[in-house]
Amino acid sequence: MAFRAAVIVFPGSNCDRDIAVALQKTAGQPPLMVWHTETSLPKVDLIVLPGGFSYGDYLRCGAMAAQSPIMREIKSRSDAGVPILGVCNGFQILCEAGLLPGVLLRNAQLKFICRDVTLKVETGQSLFTNRYEAGQIIRIPIAHADGNYFADAQILDQLESENSIAFRYSTPEGKIDTSANPNGAAKNIAGIFNKHKTILGLMPHPERAYDSIHNGIDGRPFFEGIVQALAA
Amino acid sequence: MDATVYSKGITADIVKAHGLNTEEYERALNVLGRPPNLVELGIFSVMWSEHCSYKSSKKWLRRLPTSAPWVIQGPGENAGVIDIGEGLAAVFKMESHNHPSYIEPYQGAATGVGGILRDVFTMGARPIANLNALRFGDPRHPKTRHLVAGVVAGIGGYGNCVGVPTVGGEVNFHSSYNGNCLVNAMTVGVAPVDRIFTAKATGIGNPVVYVGSKTGRDGIHGATMASAEFTEDSEAKRPTVQVGDPFTEKLLIEACMELMATDAIVAIQDMGAAGLTSSSFEMASKGGLGVELKLDQVPCREDRMTPYEIMLSESQERMLMILKPGRETVAEDIFRKWQLDFAVIGHLTDTGRMVLRSHNEIVADLPIDPLAEAAPEYDRPWVKTPALPTIAASTITEVDPMAALRKLMHCPDVASRRWIWEQYDHMVGTDTAARLGGDAAVVRLHGSNRGLAMTTDCTPRYVQADPQQGGRQAIVEAWRNLTAVGALPLAVTDNMNFGNPERPEIMGQFVGAIEGMREACLALDFPVISGNVSLYNETEGKAILPTPAIGAVGLIKDLSKIVSIAPPESGLTLVLLGKTDGWLGCSLYLREIHGREEGAPPPVDLSAERKVGDLVRNLIHQGTISACHDLSDGGLAIALAEMCLAGNMGASISLPSGIPPHAFLFGEDQARYLVATAVAPKVLEAATKSGVTALILGQSGGDSLKLDKLGIISVDELRQAHESWLPGFMAS
Repeated sequence: MAFRAAVIVFPGSNCDRDIAVALQKTAGQPPLMVWHTETSLPKVDLIVLPGGFSYGDYLRCGAMAAQSPIMREIKSRSDAGVPILGVCNGFQILCEAGLLPGVLLRNAQLKFICRDVTLKVETGQSLFTNRYEAGQIIRIPIAHADGNYFADAQILDQLESENSIAFRYSTPEGKIDTSANPNGAAKNIAGIFNKHKTILGLMPHPERAYDSIHNGIDGRPFFEGIVQALAA
Repeated sequence: MDATVYSKGITADIVKAHGLNTEEYERALNVLGRPPNLVELGIFSVMWSEHCSYKSSKKWLRRLPTSAPWVIQGPGENAGVIDIGEGLAAVFKMESHNHPSYIEPYQGAATGVGGILRDVFTMGARPIANLNALRFGDPRHPKTRHLVAGVVAGIGGYGNCVGVPTVGGEVNFHSSYNGNCLVNAMTVGVAPVDRIFTAKATGIGNPVVYVGSKTGRDGIHGATMASAEFTEDSEAKRPTVQVGDPFTEKLLIEACMELMATDAIVAIQDMGAAGLTSSSFEMASKGGLGVELKLDQVPCREDRMTPYEIMLSESQERMLMILKPGRETVAEDIFRKWQLDFAVIGHLTDTGRMVLRSHNEIVADLPIDPLAEAAPEYDRPWVKTPALPTIAASTITEVDPMAALRKLMHCPDVASRRWIWEQYDHMVGTDTAARLGGDAAVVRLHGSNRGLAMTTDCTPRYVQADPQQGGRQAIVEAWRNLTAVGALPLAVTDNMNFGNPERPEIMGQFVGAIEGMREACLALDFPVISGNVSLYNETEGKAILPTPAIGAVGLIKDLSKIVSIAPPESGLTLVLLGKTDGWLGCSLYLREIHGREEGAPPPVDLSAERKVGDLVRNLIHQGTISACHDLSDGGLAIALAEMCLAGNMGASISLPSGIPPHAFLFGEDQARYLVATAVAPKVLEAATKSGVTALILGQSGGDSLKLDKLGIISVDELRQAHESWLPGFMAS
């Protein structure tokens, strides 16, 4: 039943410890912390790209990290179906690496935003969301300057038709409208899967809604679901 | 002065441009026994600048209490250190970056954050939180919006990237800051109590090592700039503002933490104001040794930098270390891993001199101790600030209290700061236990159930009206804010922002504020462990309000016991603890509603502060009260309204007779807390036992704030008033 995750640490990652804590508390053992210059990974059940400012967000968020030595290994693991989670800067890296479609642009208001947002879970049918119900509203913090998801109409249609949208920014009542959209993201997209739902990228930070001192614990089922799905 | 006292190429004007007056230049001649060359003059200039030498303030700073059984390191190091139990120490300091922020708000504020972070992690502490105390000019002044936007973006841009949460602070607006905003940044870090690093160099022959970013031509003479008044052409000084790189800072933190876990480091010092000069000088001086540097070995960003430029550059994200002999490789491997520069640039000597070589030539040779000992210290003339008359509440026209409340909630000094703190990552680290908007920030000590409470406070208008009472009040308000979340207040860092000390009335403000702070620190067992002085905050001869910004830290032994300002349920009894006389002089109400900046500020009774505060803390620890808010700007009415907003529920209040309603609602008497409790009799009984005045005001609940016989305002309307000012101002 052992579950083992690897958290990739880039220069400038700063949520690596936070997500490691959430994984450890959920799985009972700490994840492997892997420096970005490594070129191979041991056998792991999950690869995590954490939040932060890899390479200072210079050039474009995630652009340089996407060229790190470890990314070649991550792509080959991805081809083999190993689940990959990217949170915030991790989501940006996944897009820059071509593992997820689209890009994350500067927030529509051009400012960094750190606050709780409400999200609508679009599907409970994935290894990342199996502890949530489709349509459930959860409250999770965001903290980013570049979370404005953008893709062309064809990709957006495809995401919809393949049921690849994981979370959308919504009102607490479940309405998907501009008032609920903190950054201008297309279709209020907060997180997306790849076609086979083995990769998830999301801007909100579930590790920040995990323990009793946080403003709610809606992120806890996220980790519990992952560990349960992958520990078997 | 005779031309023979100058080295070749140096003139009286060049000396003057280095901020040294005639008397100081003579001192330099005596120290050296010959005229200084340009490099040496530059070194005298920065080492004896107000910013580095505290020459106007030293005499008075010595009056502040700095010791207590829990103080490990008081003022004099990069940051102060206190013991917080269980093998841990809290390391903190606050520092100003006022002048650079006015000239170039984004970079000025960003590098202010970077500098204070380095002061803390230099000591071996991992930074766990940032706070900032900001003062801007009148919102109607054409520059204010630009400064707010730039400073806030700069603080966020730096702190967010390095991954240290920005958890608290304060903001005031006043026309006295029109030409001189204040940006005071505070960092709190945590270190193992037996792994504190200092700047004291030891071991003759030990290598002097430079790590971090390369040295460029930026920020040359920043310390001298920070020691002069502003004039209209100050903006032409923009090239003296440094440029920050938070990404490099993040790498530097991680590399230093990794190296500190080994036993390679003898001493370490960040290169802050006056860069390589003050860091190498101070390290050698503290160790009573000499130092020899080869400037050709210093990693430079640009070609053909002169020794003068290398020594005076204030390029950011650099550190100087003394390593144990033979440990260079261990250290270099770590810094290379983090893609940072690493260079052995010299060694310690037994000569007691600072010798600088460039291309095998000696370009400077200065005696260290004599230079430090001969640093000017002034007993500047000062005059006591004249006392202002007390204004009786009965002489002030009563207005509709509900309209006044609405207006105050919407005024610049009270309105919600959400627009600001939503641009700060206040949650990274996942240990933030109390978010912004309360009395004090609370950050968990990682992996434990303990935490630190932290706050920054000062009420400049009180200090202006009565420096001594204002100095007291700044300390007690910080102490009160820590108490109001349930923390035991432990120690203080101060950031003394004043005008030109060469003016006796400004020096009088400084002396008065220090005296008040001293009294309060002594009465509350609240020592000052670090600090910073920023003088010459004047433009065209107009000084800022005297602003001794206080940063403070307290300990929480059990995070499950903390309270916030939000009443968790309806039906709780609201009790006012502490005595209310209805002091309206110098109040926010008088200024914002009646347009009068007048009168003596509320007196601070230190024994009452202690008595009421200790009672409140005990009640919180016993779980007797479920929400608590200290009373400050705007008095009871503002505290009530803020509690309603935080709890998203109303309250019904009745007022006592015998005091004019506006004095009861908006008076700013000190030593008061508003608490919500499910067991009011217990609170009253404990208050009686402690000799503390307690008054039941009413109950929490409903969707409006109802003031019996006076009026009613809905929580939604209060929220609208409170939340709309700052975003509206920034968008207009």
